[in-house]
Amino acid sequence: MPIKQISVFLENKIGRLAEITSLLEKENINIRALAIADTTEFGILRMIVDKPEQAVKVLKDNGFAAKDTEVIVVKVPDRPGGLAKILKMLKESSLNVEYLYAFVKQSGEDALVVFRIDNIKEAINRFNQTGVETLKAEQIYKL
Amino acid sequence: MREKDIQYLDKEQLYELQLSRFKRTIERLFTSSPFYSKLWKKSGISPDKIKSLQDIRRFPFTSREDLRRNFPFGLLTLPLEKVVRVHTSTGTTGKPKAIFFSKRDINEAARLIARSMKMTGAKRGDVFQNMMSYGLFTGGLIFHYGAERLGVLVIPAGAGNTERQIELMQDFKTTIVHITPSYALYLADVLEERGVDPKNDLDLRIFYLGAEPYSEETRDKIEKIYGVDAFNSYGLSEMNGPGVAFECKRKDGMHVWEDNFILEIIDPLTGENLPDGEEGELVLSTINREAMPIIRYRTGDITYVYPEKCRCGRTHRRISRIKGRVDDMFIIRGVNVFPSEVERIIMNFPEVARNYQIILERESSLEVMRVKVEIKKRFFDGSIEHLRSLQERIKNKIKSELMVTPKVELIEPGTLPRTTGKSRRVIDNRKL
Repeated sequence: MPIKQISVFLENKIGRLAEITSLLEKENINIRALAIADTTEFGILRMIVDKPEQAVKVLKDNGFAAKDTEVIVVKVPDRPGGLAKILKMLKESSLNVEYLYAFVKQSGEDALVVFRIDNIKEAINRFNQTGVETLKAEQIYKL
Repeated sequence: MREKDIQYLDKEQLYELQLSRFKRTIERLFTSSPFYSKLWKKSGISPDKIKSLQDIRRFPFTSREDLRRNFPFGLLTLPLEKVVRVHTSTGTTGKPKAIFFSKRDINEAARLIARSMKMTGAKRGDVFQNMMSYGLFTGGLIFHYGAERLGVLVIPAGAGNTERQIELMQDFKTTIVHITPSYALYLADVLEERGVDPKNDLDLRIFYLGAEPYSEETRDKIEKIYGVDAFNSYGLSEMNGPGVAFECKRKDGMHVWEDNFILEIIDPLTGENLPDGEEGELVLSTINREAMPIIRYRTGDITYVYPEKCRCGRTHRRISRIKGRVDDMFIIRGVNVFPSEVERIIMNFPEVARNYQIILERESSLEVMRVKVEIKKRFFDGSIEHLRSLQERIKNKIKSELMVTPKVELIEPGTLPRTTGKSRRVIDNRKL
């Protein structure tokens, strides 16, 4: 099932990231995964948090450009070739991966990887058909 | 003469009125202004030689520097007991200039404001909130007097204190405001944050925008946000302040009140007069002022005169929106650029918020123009490709229109400094 990811527009200024994390801390929001995509002039912070609606609200209230988007979190076997197999399957299904990043924490023996894919419904179908396990929101928040 | 008649005088009558007022002004200055009489005698000019308005071209210009050098009383032509007010203008650079008004001067300045407001549809029963700074700045007080003269209810709110501005608009059901364009945009942000819909929750219908240059695109934006008619106006303290020129309902150029001013356009480099339609520096002379008449004042503002008559029927000629100031214009890699042109281009992008900044720098030996643009929160969708493409499109548009390739930086909304008065759009860090 799709999971809510939060994207925040970031100028490359020292301190903006610290500001975001301390805002979330104040609201007792826990970051489960994060990645920063950046160019020389600006960046985008992407996060999976345990209270996404609240996080977007607090960030917007504090002047940040924040937006939630849907992603899929996938259990990837933590061994050589684990991710390769999944990517090959997506390629064969003509599903285009816009970006992906990994969770800090593992789930048992498996790594957790966040996938942003245009055609999210089709991707979930394919994951289900090929026995790749995707996580539900509740599972992620409880990690 | 009735106010209405003055605006629709036929060309010849307006010319005769100007010529007689011009002659009278020059005669008076010869006897009462040591500054001008000395200056003109040196140039071999005498008042009885004036036969037509063309003769104004023989008079030397008055510069800002002349006003500063003769600060404070040097251009005053009345004894102090006949002077009732002084305004000073600091401008953006340098020492102040002092402008004196007699009682009659205040009345005449107010008359032009009342005329301008009426022309745009203001009438008794309107509630006018003046958000310009009161005090030494003419934009606040002179407009105030004009609005009272017209007979609208005036709220002398002054500049800033946004919370109170909003309360006043709500409590008194303000219908007209006088505001700087940058503050209008800032105010819109604050209204949005407070959940006030400027279109439906307020009673606004007319905006008077002035005191700083802005683009047609910014006007459109303000009109759309507030659901109002926004009128452009032009003025400067040296020429009474606001109300030198004002847009009529056609919103196509600003009528210069030629019964009070003689208008010329010159080439800023050679000082030669330019024909109507050609862009150059605006030069103004007061012909209906007693305390401190000024002849051939170089405003530093770049504009042109519309050659054709306005469809509204008024004969007073129109000038275009001020393109910039002679001294605002910067040269980058040999290209002349006005900040207003950059503004016009970037405001055409719906993704762009209301603020921007231009920074000029030198990287090794190359000059670089960096344009910082705030993006709209609404536009941000989390996609880096969309941001990159926006950056690229802005860059290409500026490049193709201005012949300068800028570095475009997208920045978070609300992070550029905002001001309630004139905002500083260009920062030149180039060192020679």
